[in-house]
Amino acid sequence: MGILPRGRVSIVMADIALKSSVKAPAREITAWDRLKVDRNWLGFWFMLPAAAFLILFLAYPLGLGIWLSFTDARLGRPGEFVGLENYDFLSDDPTFWLTVFNTILYTSVASTIKFAVGLYLALLLNERLPFKAIIRAVVLIPFIVPTVLSAIAFWWLFDPQFSIISWSLLKLGLITQSINFLGDPWNARWSVIFANIWRGVPFVAITLLAGLQTVSPSLYEAAVIDGATPWQRFRHITYPLLTPIIAVVMTFSVLFTFTDFQLIWVMTRGGPVNATHLMATFSYQRAIMSGYLGEGSAIATAMIPFLLAAILVSWFGLQRRKWQQGEEND
Amino acid sequence: MTDAFIREVSQPEHVLADSTADHSEGMSYLQSLPRQLVTLYLPLSLILFVLLFPFYWMALTAVKPDDQLLDLDKYSPFWTWNPTLKHVYKLLFQTDYPIWLWNTMLVAVCATALSIVASVLAAYAIVRLRYKGAQWVGGAIFLAYLVPPSILFIPLSTVVFQYGLFDTPFALILTYPTILIPFSTWLLMGYFKTIPFELEECALIDGANRWQILTKIVLPLAVPGLISAFIFCFTLCWNEFIYALTFISSVQYKTVPVAIVTALVDGDIYRWGSLMAGAMIGSLPLVILYAFFVEHYVSAMTGAVKE
Repeated sequence: MGILPRGRVSIVMADIALKSSVKAPAREITAWDRLKVDRNWLGFWFMLPAAAFLILFLAYPLGLGIWLSFTDARLGRPGEFVGLENYDFLSDDPTFWLTVFNTILYTSVASTIKFAVGLYLALLLNERLPFKAIIRAVVLIPFIVPTVLSAIAFWWLFDPQFSIISWSLLKLGLITQSINFLGDPWNARWSVIFANIWRGVPFVAITLLAGLQTVSPSLYEAAVIDGATPWQRFRHITYPLLTPIIAVVMTFSVLFTFTDFQLIWVMTRGGPVNATHLMATFSYQRAIMSGYLGEGSAIATAMIPFLLAAILVSWFGLQRRKWQQGEEND
Repeated sequence: MTDAFIREVSQPEHVLADSTADHSEGMSYLQSLPRQLVTLYLPLSLILFVLLFPFYWMALTAVKPDDQLLDLDKYSPFWTWNPTLKHVYKLLFQTDYPIWLWNTMLVAVCATALSIVASVLAAYAIVRLRYKGAQWVGGAIFLAYLVPPSILFIPLSTVVFQYGLFDTPFALILTYPTILIPFSTWLLMGYFKTIPFELEECALIDGANRWQILTKIVLPLAVPGLISAFIFCFTLCWNEFIYALTFISSVQYKTVPVAIVTALVDGDIYRWGSLMAGAMIGSLPLVILYAFFVEHYVSAMTGAVKE
């Protein structure tokens, strides 16, 4: 470059400028060169691995599941289209309605308590505490440990004969005989709900804590100077500022509680007398254990409207946050 | 008084830093100790007790001799003076537990690695290539995150069967990414957005292509995000149950959670010791990993929610 006369340099530069425009380049720009910098083409290749997974193993099965629910497929035999027969059959099946009731009870009670206890725990952890980092780390452990493994621990804690809970209550004189935790319908329901809450509280608490830490303390100071009580401070500062994150956290919580499978399967397998069957465990029983794929798919598909409702809540929660912060779509 | 005032005014950044450094400092001096005991320490320790007691019970059961396990009245059930490794020994040498551990590890590592590679590429393309429709794809990936395995496992089992993957580790290695990719893509998109795009422009001017930019500039800067994504994905794999239960039927391919529930649970009344030992050993790798990367884990969890 250095040995070229000035005029030549400017020609070269003009040339470079020309190359990027459409007309007559010095070196041929092939279609290949063009493709190499084309956003859409590159984007396609970058997206390919993720898209392949998600289409082959997520989108396709999702559609297939809905299709299967309209067929009489069995395990190992492709089904034929039978229209709404599966749904018809299910709507007359009292067990199905029992599982719907169980699922809604399970989700609503567990989610409400998870939210209340989680928020309370988050508020406690947001106070000034010694060893705060360690306590926060320890709180999250129930969420780390695989659900099945902690469910087994609960199974043992709720053992009809050797339950330490029954034993302690007996010794304290609060009850006169061992509680049959997982053998009685309502006891079993409360027991699995308790185990679900136990596992879900850390998630809610830690995510809400992250939200709490972004609330400026000067707001509270100003409120105290104005004479606000602790409840007013919570109601009019903490809660409104936390609403968007609450919306998202609770959507996830509701979604995963509603579709829960592991906890129930390990602790009760849906029993006693289907009292703890959720829609997920019921569809597993019908589809895989009894082999009625079509019917199982219909049960699974029946969960989709509820999931959509949860997603809509999340969507409006996010919208509200953007509106509050005066943000454009990013 | 005036001196202090002047000092404060002359060092405004110091005051500012103080007030923002620890958000909890605020007004805690208003609380007296007895009051704190009742409103803070008591409920906190109660909640912590409930959260941690199952683990204590798990560990204690794993080392208790059998006779003490079932006789709660003769020995204090809350402690044991003669711990035994019998249950652990039985688990490791008389069952297939080591094989199950190995399976779980293999599936988790492979599925996580596949997912991270796919997610890095996808997240980079969505955030930085901004191809036509990238925003819509980003939204679709978030929706994919909300599709739970419980409604997918029935059709997936027929798909897995069609592809000839049934009852092989590949069934899990290839299906787990559907849970992991949406999450880690979403997480990495957030991290990539924080990397200044001027850096990439510089590299483009210097003649780097997109691949070089990704591997030499973006990835080294996104290491914390990659660690978060890795740990979270690994935990999710380890935790996954319904796919492993449905797609695997041979004992030698099972993962720890499934094997414990299906193969280790027998009619034996003395099974509790080995069951608890199995549950404990199965959770240990995750807890150890978590202990080293708490901050990454928390940021992955909260980041995914906040985005």
